Amino acid sequence: MKLIMQNGRLLDPAAGRDLTADLYVNNGFICAPFQPDSNTNIIDAGGKLVTPGLVDMHVHLREPGFEYKETIATGTAAAARGGFTGVACMPNTDPVTDNRVAVEYINKRTQEAGQVRVYPVGAITRGSQGKELAELADMREAGAAAFSDDGQPVTDAGLMRRAMRYCTMLGAAIISHCEDKSLAGGGVMHEGAYSTILGLKGVPASAEEAMVARDIILAGETGCPLHIAHISTAGSVCLVREAKKRGVKVTAEVTPHHFTLTDRAVGDFNTNAKVNPPLRGEADVQAVREGLADGTIDAIATDHAPHSFDEKNVEFDLAPFGLVGLETAVGLVWTELVQTGILTPLQAVQKLSCNPARILGIAGGTLAEGAPADITVIDPLFEETVNPNNFAGKSRNTPFTGHRLKGLPVLTIVAGEIKYRRQ
Amino acid sequence: MYKHKDLLGIREMSAEEIGFLLDTAGPMKEIIKRQIKKVPTLRGKTVVTLFYENSTRTRGSFELAAKYLSADSINMSGSSSSVAKGESLYDTGRTLQSLGADVIVLRHPMPGAPRLLARSVKAAVINAGDGAHEHPSQALLDMFTVREKKGGLAGLRVVIVGDIMHSRVARSNIWGFTKMGAEVRVCGPSTMIPVGLEETGVQVFHQMDQALDGADVIIMLRIQKERQQQGLFPGLREYSRLYGLNRRRLELAAGDALVLHPGPMNRGVEIAADIADGSQAVIEEQVTNGVAVRMALLYLLTGGGAQ
Repeated sequence: MKLIMQNGRLLDPAAGRDLTADLYVNNGFICAPFQPDSNTNIIDAGGKLVTPGLVDMHVHLREPGFEYKETIATGTAAAARGGFTGVACMPNTDPVTDNRVAVEYINKRTQEAGQVRVYPVGAITRGSQGKELAELADMREAGAAAFSDDGQPVTDAGLMRRAMRYCTMLGAAIISHCEDKSLAGGGVMHEGAYSTILGLKGVPASAEEAMVARDIILAGETGCPLHIAHISTAGSVCLVREAKKRGVKVTAEVTPHHFTLTDRAVGDFNTNAKVNPPLRGEADVQAVREGLADGTIDAIATDHAPHSFDEKNVEFDLAPFGLVGLETAVGLVWTELVQTGILTPLQAVQKLSCNPARILGIAGGTLAEGAPADITVIDPLFEETVNPNNFAGKSRNTPFTGHRLKGLPVLTIVAGEIKYRRQ
Repeated sequence: MYKHKDLLGIREMSAEEIGFLLDTAGPMKEIIKRQIKKVPTLRGKTVVTLFYENSTRTRGSFELAAKYLSADSINMSGSSSSVAKGESLYDTGRTLQSLGADVIVLRHPMPGAPRLLARSVKAAVINAGDGAHEHPSQALLDMFTVREKKGGLAGLRVVIVGDIMHSRVARSNIWGFTKMGAEVRVCGPSTMIPVGLEETGVQVFHQMDQALDGADVIIMLRIQKERQQQGLFPGLREYSRLYGLNRRRLELAAGDALVLHPGPMNRGVEIAADIADGSQAVIEEQVTNGVAVRMALLYLLTGGGAQ
């Protein structure tokens, strides 16, 4: 199938390009200009931004095991609606993605039902129990893009150090969920004046920072590429910034909820604002925004974590952590970061596409000829109020209901095929 | 006027609403003092006390308040009911509503549980204590007691001493007394003062002698022994030495200072026996006033005083 995207503003950070031009696609790849024929699909992208397909490197697809929350079919449909052409899915399914068969199962289900590309992340330890290494090399051969015990920290520092050493020969990054459980102390929201007012147990910033510091030290010593998942505090941003200056191979991601909302969003015990790490204070939100602007934070990822209505319709202490993010991410990036001048459109695309692709070591993140035709079109003027009933995903647990977003994905193309088109 | 469906916390109340509730409790106290302590006001109304935590005085207080007003009341406990079988609070609330409950009085170990219940049912919900969040009827009875003795609340220096971090009584009293124009001080070990408490408008002390200087009202909190196992303080001996109210310390306060305690007391730990039984203690009156305040709440939340 042939396709020409006309008159769009091409944002291609990999090539440093930002210009209005036509983009040509043939047979699933971006190609040299050609003359259209009767089979050519011509799309007018005038006034819109044409970017390399966006990659969300932190998503929970919940299959296998929790299909009532999300499936590979519904999660990738949500991704397509959110402008993402690829997602990395975390291994905390049931069973845990900690062996070759589990990785192959995800790949098989993606072929059968996936709307976008799926990059499985394998567990670092068997069952993500933090006791012994999983078969990392075997999973790597089967297609695991990176390794993480996301949702659970690797508490044993010696084990984390061995995992990093092992990964250096696999060419895969370790994605670390940084949380010292003894400091987190069973907390359910950010420790601050608002947790004090609500009487909820707080998670101090040190719970994250102590483990960010530990993992940076281990990454420096082992040479393993380390990626800090869902960074949330000012102190963590400082640690990553300083480590990068020293040449440690460390990267970091932040979620849209952590650069948009503070702990005040918990409001009147709103369980849809219960997330781990918790929504932090005002100074932390400012710090992650600065970290995005100065390049300390490489990627924006959603930590899309679907939960059913009934699971969230309980006491705050009992509700599971997590919120859905795939279908609000681009709108939040444009509304909160691009329109406010914190990021240029080119930088935003870098953090949503090129950098995640580079960290995961996957193709994509470019509009160069010969690259897979994974393309996202964003209308910077399209405005919408978030209504979870319109979500393509299975779950509705968002704290952004009613938020006005400006700048939304309108077209998602994977391997030359249109997977989503906003009406 | 009090125009809300529920009573969930003092934080969301205005000074006018608090004053109105205290005014309404006055005549209720008269009823309790009568030979025949019963009026027909709430005949045909049903009050359910739903307690997920052990409590004798709060529960008994609400039950008697309902009975003195002629409401029908039943008890449900978290341990003996369907809750033990894993029923959600939402489903329990819907069941009680179907049984005809007009008011549900909820005691729950988790902050925000009454808000969840209030969103789930049409019945009025009264928070009888939710974790470390709020215990509004306790704060109202404390304010009622102080107002009755002092004639007003504005300008008083109120000192709350003890484990502030885990205390819903402290939080509700902080909101209540500050809204009514009192100066509130809190005092306790630094491991039991929650982060950012100053933002509620209180002054934080760690030296009890300093905190008590010129105090008009002293509210002593119960120290829970399990906090010692959590490593929040080294032991009762040291705690009592630093934060126990004794004769010498009471003399640092104003000469006519009142001593309150929400109960149950640890005599000899946070409060010396001679103070608990002394002339400045109003601990037993707090209990009586608690019934009056809860009668006022039940009356107002079932539509009384609407005209």
